Amino acid sequence: MAKNMTIHLKVWRQAGPEAPGRLVDYTVKEANEHMSFLELLDVLNEQLIKEEAEPIEFDNDCREGICGSCGLMVGGTAHGPQPRTAVCQLHMRHYNDGDTIVVEPWRAAAFPLIKDLVVDRTAFDRIVAAGGYISATTGGAADANALPIAKEKADAAMDFASCIGCGACVAACPNSSASLFTAAKIAHLALLPQGHPERTRRVVNMVDQMEKEGFGDCSNHAECEAVCPKGISIAGIATMRREYMKAMLSS
Amino acid sequence: MSNRGKSLIAAFRSPVGKKVLTGLTGLGLTLFVLIHMLGNLSYLSSDPDAYNNYADTLLNLGPVLYIIELGLVAFFVIHIVIGINIYRRKRKARAVGYTQYKSVGQPSRLTISSKTMIFTGIIIMVFLVFHLLSFKYGTYYETTTADGAVVRDLKCLMTEKFQQPLYAFGYPIVVILLGFHLRHGIWSAFQSLGATKPRLTPMIYTIGVILAVLIAVGFLFVPLYIFFSQESFSCVLPS
Ligand code: HEM
Ligand code: FES
Repeated sequence: MAKNMTIHLKVWRQAGPEAPGRLVDYTVKEANEHMSFLELLDVLNEQLIKEEAEPIEFDNDCREGICGSCGLMVGGTAHGPQPRTAVCQLHMRHYNDGDTIVVEPWRAAAFPLIKDLVVDRTAFDRIVAAGGYISATTGGAADANALPIAKEKADAAMDFASCIGCGACVAACPNSSASLFTAAKIAHLALLPQGHPERTRRVVNMVDQMEKEGFGDCSNHAECEAVCPKGISIAGIATMRREYMKAMLSS
Repeated sequence: MSNRGKSLIAAFRSPVGKKVLTGLTGLGLTLFVLIHMLGNLSYLSSDPDAYNNYADTLLNLGPVLYIIELGLVAFFVIHIVIGINIYRRKRKARAVGYTQYKSVGQPSRLTISSKTMIFTGIIIMVFLVFHLLSFKYGTYYETTTADGAVVRDLKCLMTEKFQQPLYAFGYPIVVILLGFHLRHGIWSAFQSLGATKPRLTPMIYTIGVILAVLIAVGFLFVPLYIFFSQESFSCVLPS
């Protein structure tokens, strides 16, 4: 039998980008330990709909930790207290009956707020468009073995490629820097021969775009790695810096 | 052109370039404070002329000394200008703050040191002006060493200053803040230069902390020794 819990929430409500926002108190009496955090919000929204109040807007899609749509500051931590877990995979069994949890949106000037807990993360898309791609010939797929890649390299590249673009790194960073996100793409493609043709201009253009979007600079706090649902290492940021220096020297 | 004609200056103004410069200047300044700390310890040498001879050797470097000093000024200016710029951009990058914010701990390196780099830095900057006025541009005393050489008596000036509580206790506060700056700074500089590997990071961080403590503690001895021994002294102005 699932244990029934009462959970108190303080949720950021804001009608629109320019509207004033504030934390609003809610209580969910029918929470249980098997629910995910987003299911808790679903239950709260049903409650609000019944009361004919406006439900809380929050982003989500896959609810299995792979799409990167979800993203909330839960109890002051990006994606909540459970390491390497997107908030859609955070379960209420990590909480106790009667707990109060503060829920806020990602806060960054480069992620303008749309409504309640939803922010606009298209800045990430523009960083990727600036260089996070490779050139591939169209037509029949090339034989997979035509391009040998050492197993260790493939594994390391996969570790960086596992970024789901949720934005937790920016949200948790005291400087609101997008360095981990940007570096993950750069490090991923720098490890693979497919990434080689655009290697130099990729790092320069992506770093430029990151700055233009208004993200802060990196102060090596490493908080991003600690909150990343995929545990992406700040070693990627060191790689990005080496790639950048190489790009400058090879001009 | 592969990097689309980005000039070197533009590259150093980029988010990565700024970090590379902060790291380089930070490590240069760290080397400087380390040597400075070791030099100061010669005050405690059994040879009463050790400190003044050390200072005299430096003063006699002539043009070489000027080049080193110019380099130091440049390092400080670059380090400070970028440090303030990073801080200002960080303030702008989060217009609305969090009501609640908690670090998750390991592998995070977020500490009181990392969060206060700008404040410890600015205190060091203000201190530096006061420090140079007190010593480098302070009273010029003279003494004759055992070898018969007439040299600047900086040792006597130090004794005079550190017998005063303001110096004896103000300096330790600043060097401890410097220790905090370096606790995050040393590892951070390596990461900024891309000179890290995941396997080596814990070691680099630990060595950074140890070095930070050594530098801070090393600077504490002389002021506290002078204050608590209160030896009588008389400094002589050049005739
Ligand atoms: C003896 C003097 C100093 C030493 C040895 C020193 C050393 C360092 C080192 C090693 C770093 C790490 C560099 C990096 O993150 O790449 C650093 C960072 C920093 N320093 Fe200093 N520093 C000194 C003076 C100052 C002064 C006077 C300021 C004044 C503003 C300052 C402000 C900063 C700031 C803000 C950072 C962090 C930069 C960031 O957020 O990335 N430092 N320092
Ligand atoms: S909803 Fe897809 S990762 Fe959370």
